[in-house]
Amino acid sequence: MSVATADTTSAADGPRGRKPRRTLSRRNIILYGTLFVVAVYYLLPLYVMVVTSLKGMPEIRLGHIFAPPVEITFQPWVKAWAEACTGLNCDGLSRGFWNSVRITVPSVILSIAIASVNGYALANWRFKGAEVFFTILIVGAFIPYQVMLYPIVIILREIGLYGTLTGLVLVHSIFGMPILTLLFRNYFASLPEELFKAARVDGAGFWGIYLRIMLPMSLPIFVVAVIIQITGIWNDFLFGVVYTKPDLYPMTVQLNNIVNSVQGVKEYNVNMAATLLTGLVPLLVYFVSGKLFVRGIAAGAVKG
Amino acid sequence: MRSQSERPNPLFRNLNAKIASIPMVLTALVVFVGGTAWTVLYSFTNSKLLPRWKFVGLDQYERLWSTPRWLVSIENLFIYGALSLVFSFVIGFLLAAMLDRKIRFEDTFRTIFLYPFALSFIVTGLVWQWLLNPDFGVQHVVRSLGWESFTFNPLYDRELVIYGILIAALWQGTGLIMCLMLAGLRSIDEDIWKAARVDGIPVWKTYLFIVIPMLRPVFVTTLVIIASAIVKVYDLVVAQTGGGPGHASEVPAKYVYDYMFLGQNLGQGFAASTMMLLSVVIVIVPWAYLEFGRRGRR
Amino acid sequence: MRYRSVTAMLAASAAALAFAGSAGATDLEVTHWWTSGGEAAAVAELAKAFDATGNHWVDGAIAGSGDTARPIMVSRITGGDPMGATQFNHGRQAEELVEAGLMRNLDAVAAKENWKGVINPPSLLEGCMLDGHVYCVPVNIHAWQWLWLSNKAFADAGVKVPTNWNEFVAAAPALEKAGITPLALGKQGWQEGGLFNNLLLAIGGKDLYLKVYQDKDAEAAGGAEMAKVFKAADDARKMAKNSNVQDWNQATNLVITGKAGGQSMGDWAQGEFQVAGQVAGKDYSCLVGLGMPNATITTGGDSFYFPKLADEAKSKAQEELASVMLSPKTQVAFNLKKGSMPVRGDVDLTTANDCMKKGLEVLKAGNVIKSTDELISPDTNTQFNDLMAEFFAKQDMSVEDAQKRFADIIGSAD
Repeated sequence: MSVATADTTSAADGPRGRKPRRTLSRRNIILYGTLFVVAVYYLLPLYVMVVTSLKGMPEIRLGHIFAPPVEITFQPWVKAWAEACTGLNCDGLSRGFWNSVRITVPSVILSIAIASVNGYALANWRFKGAEVFFTILIVGAFIPYQVMLYPIVIILREIGLYGTLTGLVLVHSIFGMPILTLLFRNYFASLPEELFKAARVDGAGFWGIYLRIMLPMSLPIFVVAVIIQITGIWNDFLFGVVYTKPDLYPMTVQLNNIVNSVQGVKEYNVNMAATLLTGLVPLLVYFVSGKLFVRGIAAGAVKG
Repeated sequence: MRSQSERPNPLFRNLNAKIASIPMVLTALVVFVGGTAWTVLYSFTNSKLLPRWKFVGLDQYERLWSTPRWLVSIENLFIYGALSLVFSFVIGFLLAAMLDRKIRFEDTFRTIFLYPFALSFIVTGLVWQWLLNPDFGVQHVVRSLGWESFTFNPLYDRELVIYGILIAALWQGTGLIMCLMLAGLRSIDEDIWKAARVDGIPVWKTYLFIVIPMLRPVFVTTLVIIASAIVKVYDLVVAQTGGGPGHASEVPAKYVYDYMFLGQNLGQGFAASTMMLLSVVIVIVPWAYLEFGRRGRR
Repeated sequence: MRYRSVTAMLAASAAALAFAGSAGATDLEVTHWWTSGGEAAAVAELAKAFDATGNHWVDGAIAGSGDTARPIMVSRITGGDPMGATQFNHGRQAEELVEAGLMRNLDAVAAKENWKGVINPPSLLEGCMLDGHVYCVPVNIHAWQWLWLSNKAFADAGVKVPTNWNEFVAAAPALEKAGITPLALGKQGWQEGGLFNNLLLAIGGKDLYLKVYQDKDAEAAGGAEMAKVFKAADDARKMAKNSNVQDWNQATNLVITGKAGGQSMGDWAQGEFQVAGQVAGKDYSCLVGLGMPNATITTGGDSFYFPKLADEAKSKAQEELASVMLSPKTQVAFNLKKGSMPVRGDVDLTTANDCMKKGLEVLKAGNVIKSTDELISPDTNTQFNDLMAEFFAKQDMSVEDAQKRFADIIGSAD
């Protein structure tokens, strides 16, 4: 638990606030030292993935997973993107990329829209019985998805949405709802109550307060919600494959086929390249969201 | 909040809020209550591949509790769950607190800690299976550096395998916890810090006695996110160990899945998932009621 | 790249046929879990033959050895949006879908093309039948009962390559002394269960196998004959102690590289040796029936089922697909690529390699027996595999305990 000691020591001196002036203080050495060490642990697997994806198969069979590639090849990346076969279709991950986008964008927007309104209603406009439904929702977060496969098949069949994009978006919104609602509810509840009261006195209504007061103040939590949803939906395999047809299959189906092909030689380099390619979209979102996080601080400063 | 004079009929109080909550109510009732009731009902049948209404009483439950694999799964879930909960919280919070100290390169560090979350559990399991493989992973590397007796082989050791999974799970998931905590820390007023500083309260005390209590809602969210992920843990185990060696890393969700689809015994799978749900309900419902129901209308 | 050009060619030929104004190409979606190189090449043969009839094969491949794919297929069928045809293993996996009336019967095609006469062994067609109607098309036979040995490993250990299981066990100490893992075994229940059943058939014999799995005779399963099989499994457990792999092909790779002496795995393992450029007899040896007398093989494999569809043209295309899958030409082309054996006795596989020829001889001699997939339910099979996973992982689990639990499972089997 070196992390713990580092933090308490560092916390013991120097106030929180403006950028510290002494850059080489003991506090900073420990703080940055700790962060650096932790960062290495987090980066190690990525290093192995990248290095592996740039090696040829003969080099991989040698088994030195940490060794940098002797001869760099981009062939695995090309193969993963455009050539790897899923049964008879040999166009790699590219086949499902647009489907993944078509699934992810509406699902993320719809699920976050519903959940943020839910959370807002629960935090600020409590009505009788609301907590019952909310408790059910929270319990719902603990149900393994696999258990719900058949009931959902039946529900979708009955409302005529089985096998459609709309049906899948609905499923993603349903399963995203418990956690997201909780996220927003608790975030809104932690905002100063006076703001809400003041807006009420000014005569603002349900939607007015939501749009003009709550939304602008909740940038960081929206970022977290987007991170959770993009990652979850983009990486989803089970729902995408069970509730749609092959012409709507997301790219995780191809990823699964590349990674999980049990017969034949495992091409670790292609697996790793495919993995990294699939992860690029969520990663991109993380990079962009970093800026928004910083703006979240600004939003916090305004409210004071 | 709407005043009585404005809307005399109680049904129409907070009308907009009620309308806005329709999707939530429907989801809760139709999908979660409906689907769960359906599952529980069919756990009393001997349904195989397709749900069939053929009542067999508690047979599935008797079999479940006499199956060694199920018992091991439960035990593993407890060990894994307790450790995962504690470590996720502690590491997540410490990372967030460090990043919140106006450090340089915050973006870089945050992205580094968060990126594993972009990778699915399947991939996480695969990578860590590799890193922990004794023949070419960490053990192999340390040994080839000259330390011949070095042993680090968690995935093939029945006693240690669950920790091997924990390492991978923490790697994948702590980034998100950190982000949640960071979002919480960012929602705390700058003035509170200023006031604490003026009063001469040390930073660690400010965290412990002022900031952490204020973060309670965020902690609740985090707790639910971590706990629900623990109960549902499946893909990671499948990808990393396949439940092995033997049954040493089996988890309940995997038992459910395997018997539902691999063994084509829906009844058995439903019985196992009912047990999982039942324990969740026993823990969650009273707590949720206290947590979410106790505060009056604002 | 090769497959890609094949697909391109297929598309082109399909287009050409459509242009030629044939009855009109019907798209038929076919789901399966054949996704590795060799498997995909084999599927391409089926698709090529089907497209040649003027229809179009829409490929719906889902990887993951069937465990991933099957729930998806079942959901699709019960969700009321079925595919045109779908793979299952020989045996009882699709039993209930047939009983629920979701699958169409193929009686007309079967009668017209005399399936009863051509399918060998006949038990395969029986497995497709319910109440006298035919519901599936068997396409191949995969046998489990092989022992693959690394010639290099035995040379390194200074002992001669064994010719049966007992010699292999006897050679284990020498292998271990040379730092070689005697038996490569992926630590997954299905592989351990497969090994156990191979031992049961090789050491316990055909009668015991049937008593246990067909008659579900708990007494035989707990008896003295069976104890011998458990003793052999105990040997195997010790020999595989240091086999730190999970996937079967990683285990095969240990044999290929000479890090392990041998592996008991189905005939699909042969593809691995071929890909690695090894030659049967020179680099590796293969012992059918583990080299024991009266080698018998089980007739597991894959079948295709055809869900009931409302569309008239698609239903017709389904029949054409069923017929194409069994045609002698397709059978040869498909099975050579797949590394499996054809389901017809009247086709000639002269191009098969030495190991496969051994298997074909056993098949021709009629030394075949139903696989466990056909005899016991998937539920029982899962329980059995669970037990084996535990037995092989826990070196301290006694043989007697394991046998007692085995007898319990057989006693309550369905």
